[in-house]
Amino acid sequence: MTSLPAEWLEKEKDRRILRVEGSAVSDRIYEVLTAACALVVPALVIAIALAIFVAAWPAFSKLGLSIVTTSDWDVRAGHFGAAPAVYGTLVSSAVALIIATPLALGVAVFLSEFSPTWLRQPIGFLVDLLAAIPSVVYGLWGIFVLIPLLREHVMPFLRDTLHLGATPFFRGAAYGPSMLAAGVILAIMALPYISSVSREVLLAVPRSQREAALALGATRWEMIRDAVIPFAKSGIIGGIMLGLGRALGETMAVTLVIGNRLEISPSLFAPGYTMASLIANEFSEATSDLHLSALMAVGAILFLITLIVNAIARWLVWSVSRSQAR
Amino acid sequence: MRAIKLAALIFFVAACSKGDGNNSGAASSTASSVGGGADLTGAGATFPYPIYSKWFSDYATATGVKINYQSIGSGGGVRQISEETVDFGASDGPMSDDELAKAKGGPILHIPTVLGADVITYNVPGVTAVLKLTPSVIADIFMGRIKKWNDTRIGSLNSGVTLPNQDILVVHRSDGSGTTYIFTDYLDKVSPAWHTSVGKGKEVKWPVGLGGKGNEGVSGQVKQTPGAVGYVELAYAKQNNLPAALVRNKSGQYIAASVPAVTAAAAGVAQSLPANTDYRLSIVDAPGAQSYPISSFTWLLVYQHQKDAVKGKKLIDFLNWAMTEGEKTAPTLDYAPLPAEMVTSVKAKIATIDLAGAK
Repeated sequence: MTSLPAEWLEKEKDRRILRVEGSAVSDRIYEVLTAACALVVPALVIAIALAIFVAAWPAFSKLGLSIVTTSDWDVRAGHFGAAPAVYGTLVSSAVALIIATPLALGVAVFLSEFSPTWLRQPIGFLVDLLAAIPSVVYGLWGIFVLIPLLREHVMPFLRDTLHLGATPFFRGAAYGPSMLAAGVILAIMALPYISSVSREVLLAVPRSQREAALALGATRWEMIRDAVIPFAKSGIIGGIMLGLGRALGETMAVTLVIGNRLEISPSLFAPGYTMASLIANEFSEATSDLHLSALMAVGAILFLITLIVNAIARWLVWSVSRSQAR
Repeated sequence: MRAIKLAALIFFVAACSKGDGNNSGAASSTASSVGGGADLTGAGATFPYPIYSKWFSDYATATGVKINYQSIGSGGGVRQISEETVDFGASDGPMSDDELAKAKGGPILHIPTVLGADVITYNVPGVTAVLKLTPSVIADIFMGRIKKWNDTRIGSLNSGVTLPNQDILVVHRSDGSGTTYIFTDYLDKVSPAWHTSVGKGKEVKWPVGLGGKGNEGVSGQVKQTPGAVGYVELAYAKQNNLPAALVRNKSGQYIAASVPAVTAAAAGVAQSLPANTDYRLSIVDAPGAQSYPISSFTWLLVYQHQKDAVKGKKLIDFLNWAMTEGEKTAPTLDYAPLPAEMVTSVKAKIATIDLAGAK
């Protein structure tokens, strides 16, 4: 920092003192207002959680853990086993992350390290735009474009050409609507979150870090791998978790492409179900109290899973940044 | 670059604020119409929503009485009328005795308004002829017992049609719906095996197949997938020109789904109705040579003892109007009107609504 003229410093000091004295009341109002904002939002989260758990209580007390551990969902018989939906939510989100993470990191690394400056903004803008597309549009695109593509080309290629049909994950008839279709749609939806956050944290890596690595004789690739990415790791993990949060809760697009079948199958070609889809599909026509309560219970479990995922993300970010600090 | 970003930002802000404006406008207009603008409020079934909204708009033009209807689903309609938060409910499936007993405002009447039907639509590569199906074949397809289109049981019904060696993929509704209720009510009636293993309801545990959301989800998947078969409601199938199977009815005739064939099914059942019926009737697999077998009523749910004299009177007037003027317009939207003889008896039922509960 260059030295400042003493006269200017003096004036600046006066100004600050004056501002503090003159605006004590407005500062107070400002403080109260922001505190109110800061308290209302957590209160809302707690109120929502309470409402869900209260509504879910009859199902939990009557069915217990069988909601998560059994697979028989038969409304007429009063059986509410949502294990396939829990499984479907976790697997479709995992597939989404497996596809989206490398792709999003590729985008972010290219934009922050290799891209000419004039290309950086337009590509970044277009990738971010993916987040602005309504999920029902993704779902319809899934039905009319993605699913035929998967059924005619991708699935036969995976199963027969790559001989992945020998593994349990790519086996069986390729109808189209499937866990794989849901995973691909979710990957596209989660991608902008991951790439956008990653790009920002990569750009925030100090120039000196890069220059130091290059000065030590690192190639560009080594510089990115050893100097830039480790520095940005906690931010990137945060971005991935944001994408995961998006994938876990997504409803409409998944409902349209996953096939809505309450069955656990290891094959990604088989149809599945997610918790959010189950609630969306059945809520409006649920008449019996137990059915409604069971759907609320599914909502409560989804809430818990999201909470756990966020806690893990916090912990990951915290432990990564701590190990860096040492 | 900054200019582009700025322009995009402005565009987004404008789009968002425009969206917000619309939303809040819509929200406040419904709120005001619920609060004071509307004379009657109702909620329930989505399936008859197109014809009901036409009725309400025609009725408002004719009489000035405004009716606000929210198509939140039959389940919601049953709940809201039971809680007395609306003046009438609407449902595609009849209320159970349990549900009726829980209603807070006393006895609820089922007023049948129009009829709907399900058609069986399919995508069989290379087949252009209209397929004929029997009840037992339909049940076995949807139970996964008939797995291929060239199964001899389908072939023997469709002589002259070359059926491919293609797997059958069943597509059903994933969301709870009256359409599923009609279809499973039919299978439940015609197939003992279906009755014992699956049963009927707005959502059931399907033995095989994929779930599509809404009529558009089912028809989209059937159109997209070679070998697929599914069911959609008649009005939707007609408006989208979907292929529809001929179904053999109780008299042994193969019937195409159509508005007259659905009304005929109701007429077939109406002939043998007891005088004091509560109209919680299933008309699947109805007698009559021209009856289409996968048909059902849809009902308005109203309290027999109205608590508000003004609203009660308006409701009775509307129901009578619906039975006379309303029925005439039903076919224009591909809903089947009630048979003439039934209109008379439903009107007699409407006449039993009283204002006794009025304070």
